[in-house]
Amino acid sequence: MTHLRALEAESIHIIREVAAEFQKPVLLYSIGKDSSVMVRLAQKAFYPGKIPFPFLHIDTTYKFQEMIEFRDRFCAEIGVELIVHTNTKAIEEGANPFRLGTQKCCALLKTRALLDALAEGGFDAAFGGARRDEEKSRAKERVYSFRDSFGQWDPKNQRPELWNLYNSRIDKGESIRVFPLSNWTELDVWHYIYLENIPIVPMYFAKPREMVVRGEQLITIEHNMPLRPGEKPELVMSRMRSLGCTYCTGAIRSEADTLPKIIEEMIQFRRSERENRVIDHDQEGSMELKKREGYF
Amino acid sequence: MASVEIGPFPGGSAELRRAEEWLAETAQTELLRFTTAGSVDDGKSTLIGRLLYDSKGVYEDQLASVRKATRNLSTNGLDLSLLTDGLRAEREQGITIDVAYRYFATPKRKFIIADTPGHEQYTRNMATGASTANLAVILIDARYGVLPQSRRHAYIATLLGIPHLMVTVNKMDLVDYREQVFTAIREEFQQFARQLKARDVRYIPISALNGDNVVERGGNMPWYTGPTLLEHLETVPISEDRNLTDMRFPVQYVIRPNLDFRGFAGQIASGVIRRGDAITVLPSGRTSRVKSIVTYDGELEEAFAPMSVTVCLEDEIDISRGDMLVHTANQPHAGRRFEATVVWMNQKPLEAHRPYLLKQTTQTVRARVREIRHRVDIHTLGHQRASQLQLNEIGVVSVEAHRPLFFDAYRANRSTGGFILIDPITNETLGAGMIIGPDTWRPSGPVTPAERLARIGHRPFLVRLVNGDGELARRIERHLFDQGYLVHVIEEPRHFAQAIRTAFAAGLVSVVYGAAAGNAPDAVPANQTVTLDRAQFEDEAALISALMAALGSGPGGNVPLTDGAGI
Ligand SMILES: Nc1nc2c(ncn2[C@@H]2O[C@H](COP(=O)(O)OP(=O)(O)O)[C@@H](O)[C@H]2O)c(=O)[nH]1
Repeated sequence: MTHLRALEAESIHIIREVAAEFQKPVLLYSIGKDSSVMVRLAQKAFYPGKIPFPFLHIDTTYKFQEMIEFRDRFCAEIGVELIVHTNTKAIEEGANPFRLGTQKCCALLKTRALLDALAEGGFDAAFGGARRDEEKSRAKERVYSFRDSFGQWDPKNQRPELWNLYNSRIDKGESIRVFPLSNWTELDVWHYIYLENIPIVPMYFAKPREMVVRGEQLITIEHNMPLRPGEKPELVMSRMRSLGCTYCTGAIRSEADTLPKIIEEMIQFRRSERENRVIDHDQEGSMELKKREGYF
Repeated sequence: MASVEIGPFPGGSAELRRAEEWLAETAQTELLRFTTAGSVDDGKSTLIGRLLYDSKGVYEDQLASVRKATRNLSTNGLDLSLLTDGLRAEREQGITIDVAYRYFATPKRKFIIADTPGHEQYTRNMATGASTANLAVILIDARYGVLPQSRRHAYIATLLGIPHLMVTVNKMDLVDYREQVFTAIREEFQQFARQLKARDVRYIPISALNGDNVVERGGNMPWYTGPTLLEHLETVPISEDRNLTDMRFPVQYVIRPNLDFRGFAGQIASGVIRRGDAITVLPSGRTSRVKSIVTYDGELEEAFAPMSVTVCLEDEIDISRGDMLVHTANQPHAGRRFEATVVWMNQKPLEAHRPYLLKQTTQTVRARVREIRHRVDIHTLGHQRASQLQLNEIGVVSVEAHRPLFFDAYRANRSTGGFILIDPITNETLGAGMIIGPDTWRPSGPVTPAERLARIGHRPFLVRLVNGDGELARRIERHLFDQGYLVHVIEEPRHFAQAIRTAFAAGLVSVVYGAAAGNAPDAVPANQTVTLDRAQFEDEAALISALMAALGSGPGGNVPLTDGAGI
């Protein structure tokens, strides 16, 4: 059995286990490549039946237009219920990354919105596409990550996980975040997308894009991003390595416009994908902090 | 490894060919999971860093931060142990001591390392990491040789069923790469390994710091002719480790998109399942044949562990989650009682007779430990008497489940022989168990009150009936008996004290009436007796419901009738 098939079997097992043992699971659909893989695995888990839980997208309204188009087309095609949630109150009060800074913006438009949406929907389990190889604080994350009734993560209070026996017991109000892709690496994800021919947002493929070059970072200019003195957008052959909000997602210079080229680039570059995210660099150990507060 | 600048990707057909080569090469890559065990400072972080670095499993930006932080300059000017630094910081701050998973790949295999640092929680963490591992790297410092910890690591690895042990003698550079040092350690360890019945134990001398025999051979130990550590990791045969003989398919989920399709979804725990196979469904015992093996990618003629598939049967049989499909000709043990080795992982100790939840395959059942047979001293492997198992202790216990489980011995089948125990109140995962086999142990010596309790299902109790006659007493007797209590009426009030002592020793519920009912002998604890005055109750029904409440069919009762034999 190849390693990808072994990972696939493990992930399908996790997804089915959650569907069987929780009252109301939901899949956090972020439109990115990891979500795309997770969706394919969920399709496989319940074939020929439909995926028995809805998708939830937390829309910060700062997503790329191409992402939203892809999301709507894709979800319609596979016939899944899509819930879109936005922290409209914060948006109305003028929350944006330029004014609040990325930390606070993320706390309101992502973390708060997510917690509210989960509470509103009464969801007791939420699938996320995070992987352990993404970031240092994720290396010890469980497959079933326990959250208290405030949606918060207590790294000291996680349950030991042995074999493929997951403890799904929770009290009312508590929930579990489930990471079926825990053991996948970024390269595995691309390899699988290639083998399975999984549809992904075109932004992962290189083409000439309007970018602001800021130090080593390439930042897109959607959503009226304020420019610093002397900055002006230029056409750069580039692509996204991971997708988030327009301001926080840095692009990389790249010529990779096909999957094999992306894979080739990965083998050569060997930079962790979050490096291009503005947000994780804000503060030392910032991911761990955000997770404690309820971020994914 | 050269440092790579962010910059335009040099596109072109040569690179593309490389990607295609890589895709072809990795098309057959297997997955190997291993744990690393060692005491603090044996060089575990350095070794993992070395493996990640030499196999290029490290990102440039991570390396850059290591370069920046490198204080003690070793070879290449890098302190490789800093690559796995995340947990070290935590250890120093005394926070989470836990299992961290790390990933790297070579063209031959993809590797998952379960890295278990720290020693306070060592047993718990190592058991967790070991539960899914194919191989354990056991580090020994060449200067100190086999320490009690080394034995403990090997014991836990074998207990959790890791088929391959790689005893890795590190820091050979500090003993001048002398062969005798290595040989002496190997010989000492071999003695011990025999005792463990470990299946495959290899020995390798390395220097994690200088890289000798880790990825590259190096020139310092020409006397060692075996494979390097990475070569061994890449080639150790693991496909035979999986049980492909005994087909076990725990049903996880029933897929019913329409009336024409009814499929049983699950991950094959062991064995091979083929279309047309004769199947028995547990626990119902109904039989059928495999009509089809369905997957998103098409139907299969056969499927094997650990594939996740969906099985359809030829006959309409009522099957739900928790049931197990097996070959009619090869069935697991079925039963409520078994013996198991338990690793305890919670602050609150394991005790007999406490209610637990037990999860095994796709079943979760109520269960309890009937008895702790012994505790294992993990330094000497000796057996000790114990009434509890504390956090990080290991012991052999007899377990009784509320419903029958379908299981195999863990040594024969890791998937159907392993279970976890869960606290039904706090929901914590309390411990992990490895089934030894059905409980065939026969107790010797006098029968204990605990054994009586287990058999009878309730504690002894005295009902004192005031202002009631023998007729009423016998009606009460009938009522309680029909409810499942082992009950009798004391007809000899003159020898009351003697009679009640005997009845309590035997574990019975006794009903006494007449003059004797007025006083309870000293032998009877206050919470195991009730006085019922017929004159105070309107009718007999009221009296009986008061009695049942006292017996504890209501909340907080003293002598609740446990269901089944004492659960
Ligand atoms: N001389 C020598 N030192 C080593 C070797 N491996 C590790 N060390 C050193 O031993 C110390 C502890 O190593 P570390 O990897 O942090 O140990 P850990 O606590 O097991 O993770 C560090 O100072 C390392 O540089 C080796 O092969 N030779």
